Order: sequence, then structure tokens, then C-alpha cells
Amino acid sequence: MKPFTVVLTGNPNCGKTTLFNALTGLRGRVGNYAGVTVERKEGSLTGADARFPVTILDLPGTYALSPQSPDEQIARDILFQRVADVPAPDLVVVVVDASNLQRNLYFATQVIELGHPTLLTLNMVDVARDRGHDIDTDALSKALGVPVIPMVASQGEGLEPLRQSIRSQASSPGTRHVIPREFNELPEAFGREAQAIETALERHFPHRSRLAAAEALLLLSDERALPTDKTNTDGNTNGNTANTRYPEALIEQVLSARRRLEAAGVDWRSTAIEARYARLFAIEQHVTRETPPPDELLSDRIDRVVTHRVWGPLIFVTVMALMFQSIFWLAKYPMDGIEAAVDALAQWVGSSMPPGDLNDLITRGAIAGVGSVVIFLPQICLLFLFIGLLEDTGYMSRAAFLMDRLMSRVGLHGKSFIPMLSSFACAIPGIMATRTIETRQDRLATILVAPLMSCSARLPVYTVLIAACIPQHNGWPGLTLLMMYLLGIAGALGMAWIFKKTLLRGEPPMLILELPPYKRPMLGAVLRQMWDRSKLFLKRAGTVILGINILLWFLATYPRSSELQHQFDQRHAQWKQAASNPPTPAETETLKRLDQEEAGEKLRQSFAGRLGRAIEPALKPLGFDWKIGIGIVTSFAAREVFVSTLSVVYNVGGDSENTASLAEVMKSERRDDGRKTYTPLTGLTLMVFYVFAMQCVSTVAVVRRETNSWKWPLFQTVYMTSLAWILAFLTYQVGTRLGF
Amino acid sequence: MRPLSTLIPGERAVVARIDIPPEQRGRLLEMGLLPGTPVELVRFAPLGDPVEIKLRNYHLSLRKLEADKIQVH
Repeated sequence: MKPFTVVLTGNPNCGKTTLFNALTGLRGRVGNYAGVTVERKEGSLTGADARFPVTILDLPGTYALSPQSPDEQIARDILFQRVADVPAPDLVVVVVDASNLQRNLYFATQVIELGHPTLLTLNMVDVARDRGHDIDTDALSKALGVPVIPMVASQGEGLEPLRQSIRSQASSPGTRHVIPREFNELPEAFGREAQAIETALERHFPHRSRLAAAEALLLLSDERALPTDKTNTDGNTNGNTANTRYPEALIEQVLSARRRLEAAGVDWRSTAIEARYARLFAIEQHVTRETPPPDELLSDRIDRVVTHRVWGPLIFVTVMALMFQSIFWLAKYPMDGIEAAVDALAQWVGSSMPPGDLNDLITRGAIAGVGSVVIFLPQICLLFLFIGLLEDTGYMSRAAFLMDRLMSRVGLHGKSFIPMLSSFACAIPGIMATRTIETRQDRLATILVAPLMSCSARLPVYTVLIAACIPQHNGWPGLTLLMMYLLGIAGALGMAWIFKKTLLRGEPPMLILELPPYKRPMLGAVLRQMWDRSKLFLKRAGTVILGINILLWFLATYPRSSELQHQFDQRHAQWKQAASNPPTPAETETLKRLDQEEAGEKLRQSFAGRLGRAIEPALKPLGFDWKIGIGIVTSFAAREVFVSTLSVVYNVGGDSENTASLAEVMKSERRDDGRKTYTPLTGLTLMVFYVFAMQCVSTVAVVRRETNSWKWPLFQTVYMTSLAWILAFLTYQVGTRLGF
Repeated sequence: MRPLSTLIPGERAVVARIDIPPEQRGRLLEMGLLPGTPVELVRFAPLGDPVEIKLRNYHLSLRKLEADKIQVH
């Protein structure tokens, strides 16, 4: 049978997620809504009667029914029964923060007016009491016309009555009754227009007739509720509202109603908001008994330090430094473990299967490919853990508060800071973290520049190039590394500024940022969230990376030359004949070198090798030869592949521990005219190229998902690659002129 | 009447008028910042912008650019 659907909704920071976790026993499922990247959290009510299963859907935090972000839009559309794969709610549970009653009730009363069976949970009554607000729940219930359950969700208080209430409604759905209420005392002219639109809505959408009154009010007072050219051009902002097409006549009716109101001197935008707040003020006065609050709240005391002129930035820098140190160093151990495990698995599979193309495909294509994604899992998990902790404690909004001034210089938002910072570890979680940014232009600008921050996959590339090309004294290696990181930051900020000035120009974004009270993080929930998000990353990026790696494997393996194979088979046979049994260390070394030579020769003959040669003309002005070209071609999927490819190209062997020996070989590499290939200038040019080039298929895949179109990831790849080429060109040409 | 941004930290006032264009100020009104609402300026961020205010028992942060356009008395 169809489960009873409970929809959980409320303002951000009202404790909704805590309640969801408590009701579903941390066993919720996380996914995405079709077509948009808003987290969809769903779970079954624990302890529900098996005959009457209950599904709980946790909507994103929402301030009002006129959405400002994709998150809020999904919440509104579900409440308005506009999302195709979400059933009409059987019960709506609105969570209200008792210590912030008026603003929470603004949304709550909007929801109550929708006419769904509704229940209000008054959360954090303990905090409210500590602050001197004693709320009479019965009086509130009477004033709102819905049941009110007082609660301290974080301590499990009030959970049982809520469960019971949900259970009893699920088992006898016939008994619920709905009292439509309106919490606006609207001016007469306004009410009349709203009434007329309501009637028209009932006629056009009979299946949603109980929503008509609330929808009429929204249509009249929210100018973005009516579809306009602006909101309909992009799939991302209006992806799920296909079944909300309003007939032309209705749109015209709304527009003319607004004109009439304007003519009569009524501000149709603010009238309903002001009327509602006036009513809520009266309700609050009626249901709350105020006692003098304590001198200063703990949260305010913390804020005095954390946002202090001197201590604030200091604490911020310390927190960020600690975060990144641990992402780099803590993750190192599990990463080494994963690498060893993947290598061992590949070896085991490789030796237990008959050698051949299939063996090669599985070990070098599939296992190595998936391994190259899984290796980043520890970093991504740690990053999500820290972000979760920062969000859950309330520090995240303080970070945005502190950084907003700096980010606004390049036209961005304080909220863009964390995604950009996260991209130092990996652009993928960074891009996923842009979901908190409301304005579409700001979010896109942040997504477009995030991969310019030097991620951890660039580190192996920088390391080997620095070892091979840069003088190893006077701190040059460290200085070069620092320069590359700074170059990435400068590039990201500069490009953000350019995008905001040109492509993504919009009204300067308004910062409306709530600074919620600090709270102790719920570790279980944070860990759970970390794992859910990481899993989502693995699924999304993993499948694409696997496909691309198989493609690259194909390019690097085929076509096979039988002549070449024959030649090497002969040399192997020769070696076997000459070798003693068991082979001496010197003979083993000869065999190893022969194998490496074979791998290198085969790669040079392959499609990838030919591609490397084919793009050589484009690389010549940068001072790169076709061997570097092969590295650039194969590392298109992931930057770090550059290192392993060069190892194969220079016959060093593809093992990761060979970085040092690879650098030695690179140092002795000569061009046709006898000059060294890897001069400091070549190294620098190549590093500049890698700072700016996209070279990461997982990022492309994630941007595709997050923007819901191919347009942006393609644009991003093109602009980054062009930028990389141009800046590498400038570096090389200027360097050559200067005589390096 | 004077702009909200001219209050000193800890000073309280009442919103008189919001001079932000109607089509941009919707969310601000929905957050409860309306003419007649008592507000307190809590602090400026370390770099002088944005500003933190307190209204209806919660804390909200706005840029000075907007706070300049909110008249209080």
C-alpha cells in the first residue's frame, strides 16, 4: 500500500534535521530531486505500525514561500504539489524555533494556509525559556488552528507525542480535518483581487483546489511567482515546475490586478507581508509570557570573540589552517592504504587471469580507473566532515560574515568563500558546496572559478616538475610551489571578477545572512551526512571516471602493431636464452628495462601517442614536445595521470614510487637539437599550464550535474584550456626573451 | 531620520523607511525587517562591512550598501 507521506518543513536552523534524524533513526536516504541538485532526504518513521508505513520527507530549510534559491523552490513546489515524483503530503509537520517565534511563524502560517493537514512542532522551547520567552502552547494552538507539540528535539523531548500523532493519523486517515486559516488582515481592495484570482485558479486547477487561496495570494504579491522570460530560460531555476504553466488569461488577470492595486496606492508586494507580521506580533504578545532575560547569552558572548576585530580573523585563519593541514596530512594515511589495496587488487586480478587484452582492460582500465577516484575519498570525507561541523555549530555563517568584504571586491558573496577554499582539496566537493549560494549568477561564477584553486591532484604534477626542473637549493622548490598556489588564487579571483562584470552580470547580490545561535554539533548526524554526501560523489563521479578511463586505456593501448610485438617477443626470447636460472640481479634489471622499453614503445605507437604528436604544433609555442603532449592528452581525465604517463613515456615504469627516478630521467632528457628538454622555464611553463587547464573529467561531470546542462561545463573547459594555453605561451615567450 | 548604518554598536532604533527598490527588497521584508520594526545594531564585521543587526529576537547580517538605504529613527 502507498505509505503515508509526512513532509517536514521549516526555516533554516530550526532543528528540522535533528528532528528528521530522530524520527527516522538516522536511517534516511539521501538523493537528488529529478533534474536539480537539491538534496532529497527521505526516511521511514521508526516504530510505525507495519500495516501503516510512514515516509518522512525532509524539505530544505525555507524562509518563505517565495523562493530565493533552488532549495527553497523545491520546498515550495512540493508543498504546492507541483513535483511529479513526490506525492501530495498526507501531513505537513512545520518545525518552529520557539526562540525566534515571529519569523518562524511567518513561514509556518504560510504553510498552514495551504490547507494540508498540518501539525506544528515548537522546537527548542528550552532555549526560548532560558531567554525569557514562556510560550503557552494551548493558546498558540488555538490561535493557529492546528495542533502544537512543544519539543526539544536534540534531547528527544516531545518526540513521543509527535510520533503518536503521526501514527494515529496514518492509521485512520479519514478522521483528519482541515481548518483553512488566513493570517492576514488584508486591505479590502487587496482581498477582493485575491479572491477573484482564487476563483480562477480553482477553475483551472481543480485537482489542487485546496491550495487556491494561498496560491492566489502568492501570485498577487510575489512578482517571481508568475513565469517570466527570465526565470524560464534556464533549466536550473525552473526545472520542476513544468506542470504549473498558467494560462495566458490568468497571467493577464494577475498583472491587471496588480496595476489596479498600484493605481489605488496599494503596494502589492509588501501589503501581505506587513499584514502577516502585524498579525504574528499580536499572536506572539498573546501567547508568550516574557520574563527578564539573562544578562548576556552564551552565544552572544562567543560571538564577541569570534567576530572580534582582532581575534575574529585570527581564529578564522587558525580554523582554516587546521582544517587544511588535517585534510592533507590526516588523509595521507588512508590514501596510502587505498593505493596499496588498489595496486594489490590489480596485481591479484592480473595474475589470476590469463594475460591478454581483457586482463589489461580490467586491471589498467577499470581497477586503476576506479582507484583513481577512490583515492580521493579520504580527503573528500574529511572535508565534508569539517564543513558539516562548521555548519552544524553555526560557525559557517560567521565565516561568511568575516569574509564577505573580501569576496565582494570581486563581486562575490561571503558564502562563496568556503566552496573556493574547499577546492584546494578537490574541486568536486567545492562545487557541491556552492549549493548554499542563493543567487544563480554568484553560484555559477563560483563554480566556474573553483577548479582554478590548486587541488590536491595537481600536487604530484607540481612535485615531479619541481624535482626535475627547478634548482634544488635556496628554497626554490618551496617557493615555486607557493607561487603556483598563489597563481591559482589570483586566477580564480580575477576570473570571478571578469565573469561578474560580463557574462554573469546581475544586480549586485544582496547579503541577507542569518547568524544563528551557536550550538553543540550532533556528531552522529554530521558523520552520517558526511558519508551520504561522499557516497553521492562516488556514485556520480565514479561512473563517469570509469567510462573515461576505459576510453583512455583504449587510446593508450590500440592500435597494436604486430611487427612491434614480434620484435619485443624476440628480444624477450633472447633474454630468456641468455639468462641464467635463476636470473642474476643484473639480468632481472635488464628484463625490467626491456619491459619498460616495450611499454614506452607501445604507448608511442598508440592513438594517444599519435594524438600527442598531432597536437605538437599547438604545443611548440609553449616549448613542449610531443612526449609532453602524450602526458597532456592522457591526463585530460585526471591531472595526476600526467606523472604516470611520463613514467611510461620515458620507460621508467608506471609505479607511483618512481617519482624520484622519473625526475632523474627527465633531467637527462634532451631535445633533437641537443638542448635539455626540462629547463626551469619548461617546468614553470608546464606548471602554469596545469594551474589553469581543466584536465579533470570528474569536475566536468559534477559541473554538468550541478548546472543541469552541458553548456557550462563545456564553456568552463574551453575557457580554462584557452587561459592555460595563453598564460603558458606568455610564460614561455617572455622567459625565452629574458634569456632563460 | 538617519541610515541604519550610522548607528553605533549597541544602539537601538526603529525602522522608518526602506529605500531599496521594491523588486529587490522582498526577502528583507519577509525576514521581518519592516517599517516600524525595532532593530539594534550589534557590530560591524572586522573589515567594516557587513553589519550585524538584531531584530525580532534573531541576528541578521546585511551589507552596508543596504544598511545605508534603511532609514531609522
